[in-house]
Parts: sequence; structure tokens; C-alpha cells
Amino acid sequence: MAEVNLVQAINMALAHEMARDPDVIVLGEDVGANGGVFRATVDLQRRFGLERVLDTPLAEGLIAGAAVGMAAQGLKPVAEIQFTGFIHACLDQIINHAARLRHRTRGRLTCPMVLRSTCGAGIHAPEHHSESPEAIFAHVPGVRVVIPSSPLRAYGLLLAAIRDPDPVVFLEPTRLYRLFKQEVPDDGEALPLDACFVEREGRDVTLVSWGASLREALAAAQALSAEGIAAEVIDVATLKILDMDTILESVAKTGRCVIVHEAPRCAGFGAEIAANLAEHGLLALFAPVQRVTGYDVVTPLARLEQEFMPGTARVVDAVHRAMEYR
Amino acid sequence: MQESRHEAAQRAELPATTVVARFQIGCLRYLDQAGDALQPLPQFAAGPETLTRMYQALVLARAFDAKAIALQRTGKIGTYAAALGQEAVGVGTAFAMGAEDVLFPSYRESAAMLVRGVTMEELLLYWAGDERGSNFSGPRADFPICVPVASQAPHAAGAAYAFKLRGERRVAVCVLGDGATSKGDFYEAINFAGVHALPVVFVINNNGWAISVPLRLQTAAQTLAQKAIAAGVEGLQVDGNDVIAVRDAVERAAAKARSGGGPTLIEALTYRLGDHTTADDATRYRDPEEVKAQWRFEPIARLRAYLSGRGWWDKEREEALHGQCAERIQKALDAFEAMPPPGPEAMFDHLYASLPKALQAQRARAIEEHRRRG
Repeated sequence: MAEVNLVQAINMALAHEMARDPDVIVLGEDVGANGGVFRATVDLQRRFGLERVLDTPLAEGLIAGAAVGMAAQGLKPVAEIQFTGFIHACLDQIINHAARLRHRTRGRLTCPMVLRSTCGAGIHAPEHHSESPEAIFAHVPGVRVVIPSSPLRAYGLLLAAIRDPDPVVFLEPTRLYRLFKQEVPDDGEALPLDACFVEREGRDVTLVSWGASLREALAAAQALSAEGIAAEVIDVATLKILDMDTILESVAKTGRCVIVHEAPRCAGFGAEIAANLAEHGLLALFAPVQRVTGYDVVTPLARLEQEFMPGTARVVDAVHRAMEYR
Repeated sequence: MQESRHEAAQRAELPATTVVARFQIGCLRYLDQAGDALQPLPQFAAGPETLTRMYQALVLARAFDAKAIALQRTGKIGTYAAALGQEAVGVGTAFAMGAEDVLFPSYRESAAMLVRGVTMEELLLYWAGDERGSNFSGPRADFPICVPVASQAPHAAGAAYAFKLRGERRVAVCVLGDGATSKGDFYEAINFAGVHALPVVFVINNNGWAISVPLRLQTAAQTLAQKAIAAGVEGLQVDGNDVIAVRDAVERAAAKARSGGGPTLIEALTYRLGDHTTADDATRYRDPEEVKAQWRFEPIARLRAYLSGRGWWDKEREEALHGQCAERIQKALDAFEAMPPPGPEAMFDHLYASLPKALQAQRARAIEEHRRRG
């Protein structure tokens, strides 16, 4: 079994599903001959043809909107938006149409599409290439929002997203694309959506994160273990629909929770998790819920992005703050 | 690899000007405003049968609009967008479509939707604020009304892509207003449709007004049809108050699309005789003299004059038709009013294919709150 990085795992999942299901088609800018600017769709056009792997005009609203029309006709479009800075042109189509087509037609028309894009900082990219807009989409009823944190998760979750009968916004952390490899069997096995994954077990504090930030959460857990603090680490994976049960179960055990995400803090998805803990897990908590997040600023360009992103040290500090309460 | 035009231009000495294209926009019309034929009519208009059915559809659409406005005034339905004066665009377009084709309407296309088989009861439900109104019993693949302007154009292009990919001889028909041609979605869709020669027909229902903004503030272009040219797509104008011309233009465009000839953009020239919606008062921004003058061109009297001139229509039939329309509308209204409102669970039950566990508690809560309120 080959070891693959996250972008290769995405490619494997796309190829697997296109071979299995003739209704799956890939569309976006540069997805064809070029194989995508990050090579996520490499070789797909050669294997599946020009009609199923479609280079579109440079028009993000069209990409999302055409996907809605295709999906309503029973195709399963997987649309790529190269960078999240450009995904905002799709918001009208996702919020006003994809998310509510099933609802407003009482199930007569449905929209089984996937909108793939990159997210997050840390790769010295130009302006508008490094944002983390997951909370914007997570606010929208009718969609799912999925963010993988590893090649294995990327493969299994993307298969699940394509097979899901409802629209899925699938955000791939650019920083993880080539950061590490894992053995990923190309067995067509999907991972469950709407489920958190307990990445590491511990009794003292629960670290909740997703996407690229999970690396810092895991590194922090490793550092804390040297101090005798056992951190449980949870990969949220599907932000919408949020699996709060797994998080509450963990916090019931540990009594402390630190949420780590790269997106700005204000109305970030960490606030949703913290509010749920306050509503449903307050009596289990020994300490206030801590959030370690990006600042409420414009995602900075390369020279300051390390200052912006919540690094391992900030996570460790937050855990220390939580541990002060007895 | 063949040298691209761009490369050739780079290599050659650059001319001071390049004639890119010289274009003219054709405008199709069969009946003049008095209802006299200006040229031989298309085949479907040869006898009385089809034309009288189209006439009946026009009259029904206008009667339904009038009733809907009255219902809004009495609080029985919410805001409604009538098509007074523009019925021929919807009726002509829908008569040109096959049952297997798919309509992508804006919010002013009740006439087309009724011809397609959407029931009046469903339309009333929709405008009364009930999602069941978009669950058409009739044209199951047709899109529901699109409220955000022009965003249905990419849907039509996407659906047309699916038809082409599957080798289906179906056509997507997208109806937009003149304001929609100012939006990126409109251009993005016709551009994409042109690239792939997609089986889609875009019909611009140019009624001269986008709420209070007249066409001259919408665009400096001489015609809206010419916007097709920038996308490499055929564009033409049609007299939108001449239902025969609308049907013929859309029918030809659909036939071309079906045989692989690609998309067409049709600008139907008409006029909005009423307000934008029941929430609008057009006297604030529009000269009543202008409206009065436009009544001379309205589509129903024009077709009636043609039919009467041939001896295919008379006062008796006209009266009978009005009676039938009133009866049908009343029947639909009765059924609409007898329909109990949906329970609060309806907010949840079609949001996702199956209700996520995380939402089940909210659903139960909504039902409980509803029960407590009684």
C-alpha cells in the first residue's frame, strides 16, 4: 500500500468515485489538463474525458451555480474553487440555492453537489489565498461543512461527501496538502459525516480542533504529556452537522476544554462549541472554556502569518490556564 | 499545434483598428398592434385550434394575476408579482417547450408556469408563504421561482450541460428580466453555454423596468439581445407582446438547441403595465401617460383581434372563457383555502435527505412549542 499525502488522497478519492459512479463529474478552473493548481485533479481528465472533467471559464459564481443545475438533474458535480478568497462569489449560489433546493421544493429537487476549496494560512500564499471561512458556511442551514485533517480522513470524508445526497462544502487545509504522508488504502470505504473523531485519548483536558490546527493540538498534547498532563484530542472533521455528543462525552471525562482554530475568534466556530458546552456541559466543567484562535484581523500576508496562526505554544498556554482551576 | 489568433496578432504588425464584427439584431414580429398579420404566420398558427388555446392561456394568466392581487389586498396571500401586459412572453415561451424540457423562471412567470402545468393552487400556496407550492405536481423537473435576480441562469446552463452529457434531447429554458442582464450570473451563464454549445434558451422578459429603474439606466447598450454577441451566442429580439412571435422564436431556438446548435438569447420586448409587485407603487417613479400609451400594444387584445378577424373568436366565446377562468380560479382558491397550514415539523423535514440527529431535538422542540400555543 502506497503512502500518500493529503492532496494525493483527494485525487484518489475523486478517481475512485468517478470510476464507480458515472454521474460524478469534476468542474472548475484548471482542473483538466493542468490537474488543478494543487494537482488534486491530476490525470482525471485523461482517464475520464473532457466532458466529465471540465475546465470552466473563470467565473466562480457560475461554477457553483452550474453545479446546482447539474445536481438537480441527477449528476454529482464536484466543483473546485482554487482558493477560499474566491469562494465568496459562490455564496449566493450556496446559500440561496444549493442549501435550500431540497427544502423549498419539499424534496422534489435535490442538490447532491460538493464544493471543494482550499483553506488556511501557512504556505506563504498571496493575498486572498489563506482565509478560513468555515464559519460562514457552517451558519447556513441545509449544507454540510467538512474539513479533513489527514490523508486518511481526506480520502474517506471526500468519498462520503460525494455520496451524500445533500450539498457539502469541503475545505482542504492547504498547509496539510504535502505536509505528511499516510498509508491510505484505496478501498472505497467512506468515513462517517456528522461525526467527530477522537484522535488521542486523555483524562485531564479536551483539545478540540479541525483541519490544519489539529497538528498544533496534537503537538501540544505531546508536549503536555511530558508534564504529566494527558490531553484528549478531538478532530471535529464535520463542522456542520456538529457532533456535539462526542465533545460533551469527552469533556464530561476531562472537565476542561480548549478549542483551537485558525479562523478569527469573533463568531468563529469555536464560539458555537463553547456555547454548546455552556448549555449542555456546564456542570462537568472545572474551568472556563478556552479558545485559541486567529486574531480578529485580516489574515496577514506571509511575513506575519505565523504570528496570526495559533501555534503549539499558545495551545499549551491555554491548557495551563485551564489547569489552574481545581 | 495550430497558431492561436492571439499569437498571430502578436507576430503580425498590429493594425490601428480591428473590425471585430459588424452585427445587426433581427426582430421577429407577426402581428401588428391591430392584430393584422405582417407576414405569413408559422405552421402552428395555421388553424384556430392552437391559437385559441394560446389565447385562453393568456386570458387565464391575466385573470389569475388579477385574483392574486385582490387576494394580496385582502391579506390572503403575501407579496405578489403580476405579469400584466407581459403574458405573451410566458405563454409563448411555455407553448414552445416540450414536456421533457425544463423551465427556470424568475418571479414574474406565472403565465409560463401555468401553461407548463403548475397548478393555480400551487402558485397561491407559494405566494401565501407555503413551501408546498414549489412541489409542483406537474412539471416535476422544472425549477421553482427564482427570487435572487439572474441566479437561475447558471442553473439552466448546468442542467443543459447534464442534458448534453447524457445525450438527452432536452432543452433548458431560462426566463429573466431586463435587470438580470446587468448581473454577472447572466453573463457567466451565457458565456459558459456558448463555450459548450449547450441546449439552453435564455429569454429576457424586457418589460422596461427593474422596479423603478428604467432600461436606459440599466444599460447603454442599444439592445439586450446584443449582449449575446460578446459570448459568441446568437441573440435576437422578438415582439414580446406578439405571442405568435414569442412562441416561434423560442420554438426555433429550442429546435436548434436540441439538434446541437447551441444556446440562443432572445430579448422579448414588452412592457410592465402594472406595479413591480403588490408592495410597489409605480406612480412614484413612472409617468401614467407612458403606461396609458403602452396599453395600445398589450398582447391579449392583439391576438383577439386576429382571431376575431378570421372568424375564430367572438363575443360569446369570450364571455364563456371569462366564466370558465373565474370558475377555475375559484376552484383553486377553494382548494387553497381548505389546505391546512403545514405543521412546524415542515421546517425540518426536507432540509436534509434525512434529519441529522443534532436537529431532532430542535424539531421536537418546535412541535412542542406549537402544541403549547394551541
